[in-house]
Order: sequence, then structure tokens, then C-alpha cells
Amino acid sequence: MSGWLDTLIQGVLLGGLYALFAMGLSLIFGVMRLVNIAHGDLIVLAAYLALVVVDATGLGPLGALVICVPVMFLLGYALQRGLLNFTLGGDILPPLLVTFGLSIIIQNALLQGFSADPRALRLGGFETGSFHLGAGISVGYFPLLVLGVAVALAFALELLFARIPLGRAFRATSDDPEAVQLMGVNDQHVYGLAMGIALAIVAVAAVFYGIRTTFAPTDGPDRLLFAFEAVIIGGLGSFWGTLAGGIVLGVAQAVGFRLDPGWGVLTGHFAFLAVLLFRPTGLFPRTR
Amino acid sequence: MLSTHNLTAFYGDFQALFGIDLEVNAGEIVAIIGANGAGKSTLLKAITGLVSTHSEAVRFMGEAIGGRPAHRILSLGVAMVPEGRRLFPSLSVEENLQLGAYRKRAGPWTLGRVYELFPALSEKRRVPSTALSGGQQQMAAIGRALMANPKLLICDEMSLGLAPIVIKAVYDALPSVAAQGIALLIVEQDVGLAMRVSQRLYCLQEGRVALAGRSQDLTRQQVSAAYFGV
Amino acid sequence: MSFSVERATRASRIGAGLTIPALAALVTLPWWGESSWMRTFVEFACLLTLAQMWNLLAGYGGVVSIGQQAFLGLGAYALFVLADHAGVNPFLCVPLAGLIAALIAVPTSKVVFRLRGGYFAVGTWVVAEVYRLLIANASFLGGGSGKSLAAVRPFSKALRESVTFWMALATVVLAIALTYLLLRSRYGLALTAIRDSERAAASQGIDVDKTKLWVYLASAAGCGVAGALYYLNTVRVSPDAAFNVGWTAYVIFIVVIGGIGTIEGPILGTLIFFLLRETLADYGSVYLIVLGAVAVLVMVRFPRGLWGYVQQRFDLRFFPVQRRVRLDAAAGAAPHSR
Repeated sequence: MSGWLDTLIQGVLLGGLYALFAMGLSLIFGVMRLVNIAHGDLIVLAAYLALVVVDATGLGPLGALVICVPVMFLLGYALQRGLLNFTLGGDILPPLLVTFGLSIIIQNALLQGFSADPRALRLGGFETGSFHLGAGISVGYFPLLVLGVAVALAFALELLFARIPLGRAFRATSDDPEAVQLMGVNDQHVYGLAMGIALAIVAVAAVFYGIRTTFAPTDGPDRLLFAFEAVIIGGLGSFWGTLAGGIVLGVAQAVGFRLDPGWGVLTGHFAFLAVLLFRPTGLFPRTR
Repeated sequence: MLSTHNLTAFYGDFQALFGIDLEVNAGEIVAIIGANGAGKSTLLKAITGLVSTHSEAVRFMGEAIGGRPAHRILSLGVAMVPEGRRLFPSLSVEENLQLGAYRKRAGPWTLGRVYELFPALSEKRRVPSTALSGGQQQMAAIGRALMANPKLLICDEMSLGLAPIVIKAVYDALPSVAAQGIALLIVEQDVGLAMRVSQRLYCLQEGRVALAGRSQDLTRQQVSAAYFGV
Repeated sequence: MSFSVERATRASRIGAGLTIPALAALVTLPWWGESSWMRTFVEFACLLTLAQMWNLLAGYGGVVSIGQQAFLGLGAYALFVLADHAGVNPFLCVPLAGLIAALIAVPTSKVVFRLRGGYFAVGTWVVAEVYRLLIANASFLGGGSGKSLAAVRPFSKALRESVTFWMALATVVLAIALTYLLLRSRYGLALTAIRDSERAAASQGIDVDKTKLWVYLASAAGCGVAGALYYLNTVRVSPDAAFNVGWTAYVIFIVVIGGIGTIEGPILGTLIFFLLRETLADYGSVYLIVLGAVAVLVMVRFPRGLWGYVQQRFDLRFFPVQRRVRLDAAAGAAPHSR
């Protein structure tokens, strides 16, 4: 019995990481309905960026965030305004194909630059420490931190969207990009900010990812799929939903992994498909 | 305050406007009428920056603003109440009004003033904008434009889809707006209403100004002739 | 004023004239060509077939899937299962693989069509991953490391290669011919209508959902056949190879660069793809970076692809699918094909 409870807890903690993967994607879906196929590869890119910063400055991975977050924000803003903004506007093919192309470019550029060897970010012990709750259940300090950050981020994003003028601009731009210009909102700039924030979140997710497991240039697509599944399971339009979706996915994978190591990812996919079949709008969609 | 000079506009290869000259002064209400396809919407889009045009073709407060992006033109003080209102469904009534003030332009219009002008909105402030009646939506759209503290307010086809008594309530609000020195440019389908409400009017026909003059001096026959291009 | 509706263009007549001798030469390749040429051609034919299928689905049907590798893999494994476990003649398995892929596509469509647009696209990818993982977990299918095709051992290498080559040639010719005929028919008009506006098409009485389903099934069948052929050619399959999203990446690049929504486009695109691969072969993953960059560039500057650009500039069509109205000279107007 305690074995299943442990599985559940580990699943929830894993879900925190998946929720972090998914937050940026959820933001982009919400503001500009853009499906960024390169999202996972950008997470991997950010992890390598953190690696470079750590090697160059001697900062720990969490310290490296001070550099990585702004750099990824600027990269996101530039990417959106320099390339992706030109693909928006009705047809779904251009953004899909351009981000697909980006995905291939990033993966292969990383392969060329870093080789296929798996790498990792090290925290010097903290990542392996844990609380022992008795009955053989332990809760890692680090996964708990990740979950905590995911919860805080969901809260912050909800606040951003609901309260401050930029959040109103985000919602209005996603409703009607032409009318919003009449309010003095520069939609191109808003899209840039949204992508910038999304990639800033990606930077945080990437550092936690790189600490938790090893990473390699071709890991991007799986991260994208997990992020995507988390968003769809949770329901579009709500960051709390995305958090919940990540947790559900994490638990599903943990259960599958416990049944048979080859089944871990597969049960996650089944959970996703089940939601699609029985509750297509997700578990906690925001009705708009 | 606003003047256009030989304003031309194209949609791709298709020419929609063939040299429009008009002007609007502070405190005036100027109407534009014309059949569908005459170019009224295109004219407004060219003035507000949604359609590009030659820089000198539109002058506002002495500056050449033609071709500038729409969000910059709002910053200069030109606000539009768009055709069909185009309130944002994801935002509540109050949030729509607040968005109008995104550029934080200085001026007398605040949430409080807007609610004074349109008391019906005050009760509905937290409601999603889609839950309002047509007339209330029109008032919200006007309020949202006023929140930008414009010097020029453009109203596009406000009477569309509204009952006569509601149209009257909406248009009754305009004179107090003009009295503050704001210039008003309105596009109206209802010719009689346009002539009653405005001091001057222009009639467009196939992308050109077919008639211009003081509203009270123009006769119905003159207007019909210009409207239909007879 | 009288008029006639015509289909053919001068280019298409010339093209048809050139194609027949070219095909005849190809058919005889096993007698005068080398083994490696035949193997390369099978690869080319498979990729081109896949590209035509994706183009049919996305460029004409408006359904953008990035999970068609699911049916490629299913077709490949259908070949291996039927040939090695059920004793069916391996060459006969190829068309059967297409059928099986289409059958599996039926329940698959029920799930994926719950999503729309970009979400649908990623959803199809998830489904492909599910099939990959299911097969990778099945040890009787060779599990993660895959298996070899035992059923071809009785045949001589020369015979196997020749028959595979002919089947590939037949497949790619059929794929192009059937796509062309489909698009010339009223179903083709329906597809174009759906792609342009689903609602407008529905208002004209087109059953949008059913049409999209049929296109999805046809595309799945084509991918299944291509998958079976490809792995018949290599004689060895593994889940990571057969269900690799890279297939879709190559196909998308081929269609986008060549010209989406045209039949000539994928042909041009596949040629460019092979050219790039041969010239950049020594540079490892650089050729993929170049491919990706070219695709991004083309998508942003020439959204209709290279062939689409040529078609627009020079009005050149080898596979004319439009109908043009030709005014008769009696009306005083010169014949004018625009």
C-alpha cells in the first residue's frame, strides 16, 4: 500500500516539472494560438545554455538562472518579432512548419556543437537529499522545490492575466488582434513579450530539468509532447489547469513505470488519449 | 484638427479611395455618409492606421500621420469606436474600459466619468462584455474610446443593429462629448440621423467625395443625387 | 457567346510525351542498372509517395498531420508480421500493409479528430508515439531492437531487389496518378473547397467530416504501402526507425520546399532533398540544418514553394487540375487561358 502512495507522491512531484515545461506553451497557446513545435528543443537549448554559463562563470545552476532567464527572454522576444510574427495570421501551416524547421535546426546545431553525449547540471548534493516520511516514503527536497516553483508560477501567471494591464492586453490581443491596435496596443510587441516570458519560464524549467536528469540534443520532442499533453489534459485557457494537467501526467507516468519500466511514458499517453476521448476540453478548461 | 489631402487607399491592386479631401475641427460633429462599398470604412481605416496611405495624405494637429501604425495614432489622440463595437469577449465591461486607457493619455475621461455618462454600464461593470445588450455594448465601446482621452473621436456605424430608442440614447451622449472640445467624425448609414446630428457632412460615392457642406444647408435631393451617383 | 472547358495545357502535353519513354526506360532498369541504383530509387519512390500522401492530406485536404509516420511504421510491421508469422508471400504483403494501415486509421481518426488545427497536428504525433511504444514493448516483434525479414531468404537477392524496385515504381506512379485523377474529379473540387473554407463547403452540401476521413484513410494506406516497401528494401526494421518523426520532417520539408498543394511540387522537392543529401553527405547533421533553414526560408518568403512560385510566374502546369474556360473565337475574343 505504501508502495502505491510513494508512487503517487513521486508522480505528483514529477508532475511539477512537467507543469513547468507546459506553462510557457500554455501562455503561447493562450495569447496567440501558436503551436510551437520547437518548444521542447528550446528547453534543451536553455539547458545547454545553463551548462555553458555554469562552465564559464563557476556559478551553480540556480545562480546561472540570473543570466539564463534574461537571455532566454530576449531570445524569445527576438524570435517572435524577427520570425514567428510573420507566420501568424490565419493559416495554421506556416507557424507549424516554421517551428518544425526550427526544431530540426536547433537539434542538429546542438548535435554539432555539443555531441550526442548526455550532460547534466549538478547542485552539489541538494538534488539527492530528501525528507523521510516513514513507511519507506521519501520526498526529495529538489522535486518539492520544483513543484513549489510550478505552483508559484501558475499563481503568478494567473495574476498577470487577470489583474495587470499587460494581462488585459494579452487577453484582448488573443481575442481580436486588429481591434486591440485601436486601443494603442502594439500587437507585434505583445506577441514578442509573450514569447519572451514563455522562454524565460522555459529557462527555469530547463535548469530544473538538467538538474533532475541528464539531457541530450535530441531530447526536445519528448519534452514538447509532455508539455503539450499537460496543457490538453488540464484544459486550455487556465494556468491552474496546466498545473493540474502536469500533475495528472506525472502520476500516470509514475503508475505506468511502476507496472513495467517500458510502460512509463505510454501510460502518460493513454491518460492524454483518455482525456481526449471522454473530456475533450480538458479537466479544468476556462470557458471563454 | 484633422485634415486629409488627396487621400488614396488600395487593397492590393484594387483602389478603394481616389483622393479624399476632408477636415474636422475641434468641437465639431462631422458626418460621412455613402452607400455600401463607397469607401467609408476604408477612409476610417486609413485615418486610424489600419490601412496604409501616403504620409502627407492625413494630417492631425499639424503632423503628417498617414501610414503610421494604428497603435501610434491612438497615442496621438485619435480614437475609434469600431463598426460592430468589437468589444473583447475575454474581458469584463470594466476591463474593456480600462484597456481603452492602455496608453494612459492625460485628460478628463476616467472610469468614473464614463459611468456618469452611461449609468447603465456601471451596474454591469464586472459582467463579461458579451452579456450586454446591443445598446449597452455600443455605450461600452464609446466609453472605451473615450478612456483614451482622444482629441478626435471616430464613430463607425453606431446605429447598426440597434433599436431607434437605443440609437437616440447613444447619440444623445455625443453633444456633451463635443462640448469638451473633442472633434467627432461619425460614419452613419441613416442619412436623416447623420444630417440631424452633424454640423457638416461629406457624402462618398465610389471612393470619391460626391458632396460636402453644412448639414442644415443641404437638401434631400442633393444628398440623394450624390449618394446614388445620379 | 460560347465557351468550352479545357483541362490540358501545352506543358502537360509535352510532359506526358516525355514521361512515357522515361517510364519505359525505368522499367527495364533491373537489366541494365546497378543494385545500388535500384535501392536508391526505392528510397526515392517511398519518400515521394509519402510526400504525395502528406500533400494530399494537408495541401488539398487542409488536414495537417505530423504523425503519418504511425502508418508508415504500422505498414512496415504489418509486412514483417504477415510474412514471418503468417507465412504470406512478402511481396503480396506490401498492398496488404496499406490495407491494414487504413484499417487502423479508422479508430485512430476517432481520437485525433477530437482536436483541431495545431493541436490536431501534435495529437497525431502523440498517437504515432503510442504505436511506437506498443510495438517496442512487444518482444515477439523484436522489441526495441527490431527484427529482420526472414521470409525473403528463399528468394535470390537479384529477384528480391528487382521485384521490390518494380513495386516501388508502380507505387509511386499509382500514387501520383491516383492523386491526379482524384483531384480532377469532383472529389478534388470538394477537397479544394474544404481547404479554402470548411463552412462554405458544408453549405454547398459537402460532407466535410466524411471527406476528411476518407482522405485521412487514403493517406494512411499510401503511407502503409510506402513503409512496407521501404523496409522490404532494407530487410530490417526497428520501432525507432519506422516510427521516427524524422519521416514527417523530411516529407514536410520536401512538400514545403517543392510546393504545397501542387502535384509537381513534391516531385521537385524530393529531387532537391536527394540532391542536398548527396552533396552534403560528408557534413553529418549540417545537411539537416541546411534543410531546416531552407524550409523556414521558403515558408516565409515563398509560401507556395518553389514550384508554386514557378507556377504563378510562368503559369506552367504539368499536372493541370484546374478547369479553364476557353472563349470561342466567334465571340471576337482570342482564346485566353487565364
